[in-house]
Amino acid sequence: MAVKTAAMVDKLRASRVWRSVFRSGTGNSTLHRALAIQQSIFLHLFSTKVRKRMVGFSATWYLGTLTFGTFLILVITGILLMLYYHPSVPQAYADMKDLQFVVSSGLFLRNLHRWSAQLMVFFVFAHMFKVFYRGAYRTPREFNWVIGVMLLIITLLLSYTGYLLPWDQLAFWAITVGSNLSSAVPFVGNKIHFLLLGGNQVNANALLRFYVLHCVVLPLAAILFIAVHFWRIRKDGGLYVQQSEPKPQQAKDRTSAATEVK
Amino acid sequence: MSDPKDFVAGIDSDQRRSPTRVAFVTRRTSAQVTVNREDQVQTYPEVLFRAALAIETLAIALVGFSLMFNAPLEGLADPTHTPNPAKAPWYFLGLQELLHYFPPVVAGVLVPSLLIIALIVIPYFNINIEANGLFLKDRTTRLRIFYVAALGILIFLLAFHVYVAVGPTVVVAVAMIVAANSTPESPWRLSRYLARRPLAYWIMTWFLLELIVLTAVGTWFRGPGWAWVLPWRGY
Repeated sequence: MAVKTAAMVDKLRASRVWRSVFRSGTGNSTLHRALAIQQSIFLHLFSTKVRKRMVGFSATWYLGTLTFGTFLILVITGILLMLYYHPSVPQAYADMKDLQFVVSSGLFLRNLHRWSAQLMVFFVFAHMFKVFYRGAYRTPREFNWVIGVMLLIITLLLSYTGYLLPWDQLAFWAITVGSNLSSAVPFVGNKIHFLLLGGNQVNANALLRFYVLHCVVLPLAAILFIAVHFWRIRKDGGLYVQQSEPKPQQAKDRTSAATEVK
Repeated sequence: MSDPKDFVAGIDSDQRRSPTRVAFVTRRTSAQVTVNREDQVQTYPEVLFRAALAIETLAIALVGFSLMFNAPLEGLADPTHTPNPAKAPWYFLGLQELLHYFPPVVAGVLVPSLLIIALIVIPYFNINIEANGLFLKDRTTRLRIFYVAALGILIFLLAFHVYVAVGPTVVVAVAMIVAANSTPESPWRLSRYLARRPLAYWIMTWFLLELIVLTAVGTWFRGPGWAWVLPWRGY
């Protein structure tokens, strides 16, 4: 049975249709496994090989991976929630109640979205501190650290704009407290406040603006920056930490005839 | 090396053709470079499999949590009825706690802007790239600067009644004094560790501890009118 399945998979992977979709071809050689990464537009963001030392749990605690995991869950649950949500007053709150009592698994969907969002904020901070304490922001990885700070801000804005959408007391007053801070900016504070809310206080216009930011503008920005963030890991020399760099073992190991081609 | 070259290296600028790269390796030229040999694993399948496993474990944990605990939902938004206290999301409660001590232009604009700028410039400042212990060089001068800075921060915090931020400051200051009196050859593992910490480590640790303490105080220890409450008493 197992042999039959494996033979069928092999046949499928050798078929013309499969070969037209996946450029890496068939086979399990080191070359083919490298091509599977290098010849895919999504996977080519990553390097074909990773230092074994960096794959262990203690090197990164997988915090970057887990942050991306929460983002994936948020995109999936977010799209499903959008099917049931109207960004208008007071319908938004009624939709929350519908999710709770009418929609199948609606409550679960909202729970998953909310808890994943909280966890994502936590993971982003944890990832940042882990990278700092491992010294992984040093040359040549400076700019990837900056992109990471941008992603931290985008994550906080995503969480903050999403906070208003249920249109309950918690949402309304949290956003009121937060947006009032923008009025404190010297000279242009009131203008920024008005631009953010589409009015002088949190109202239906603010809900619509936050909805557009939360569902379109900020997720697209996040995806863009995440792609650059991943790609720069490879371009900057892979996952690496200088502090725990192993000492060169022997003299003959120190020289090699060619440079690495990335 | 005085032989005249019998070729000219140039850059092909014909836009209708892909340039061909040619490398000339002349005699006595070594292409040797220094590299560290290190074991590697292939991204496909080993790393991708581990990443998928991590994300699936996370998904299972979050699904379990979501089945057990419901997201908060209060009554319909009512602009005429202000809850007391009105709190921001938890990750902003550190800032809201600062808002209690400083005017909005400081706590809401200046501090966040400076924090973001400070985070961005971290990898571009030499103090962050130096990996030497802070007190291993110029010990007397650096110790003097440290005492002035630590006392200045403490006096500033006490003057503005930011008592909750005093704790982390004292903890970091004491650890730094221990570090100043340790050597990397100390028999104690902790003092060896502390002695080798650079300045960037101390600043970031202070920031991390303040972040945790301020967020925790804002989340659990603040009640109506932002007055001090104990979380187990309720309000």
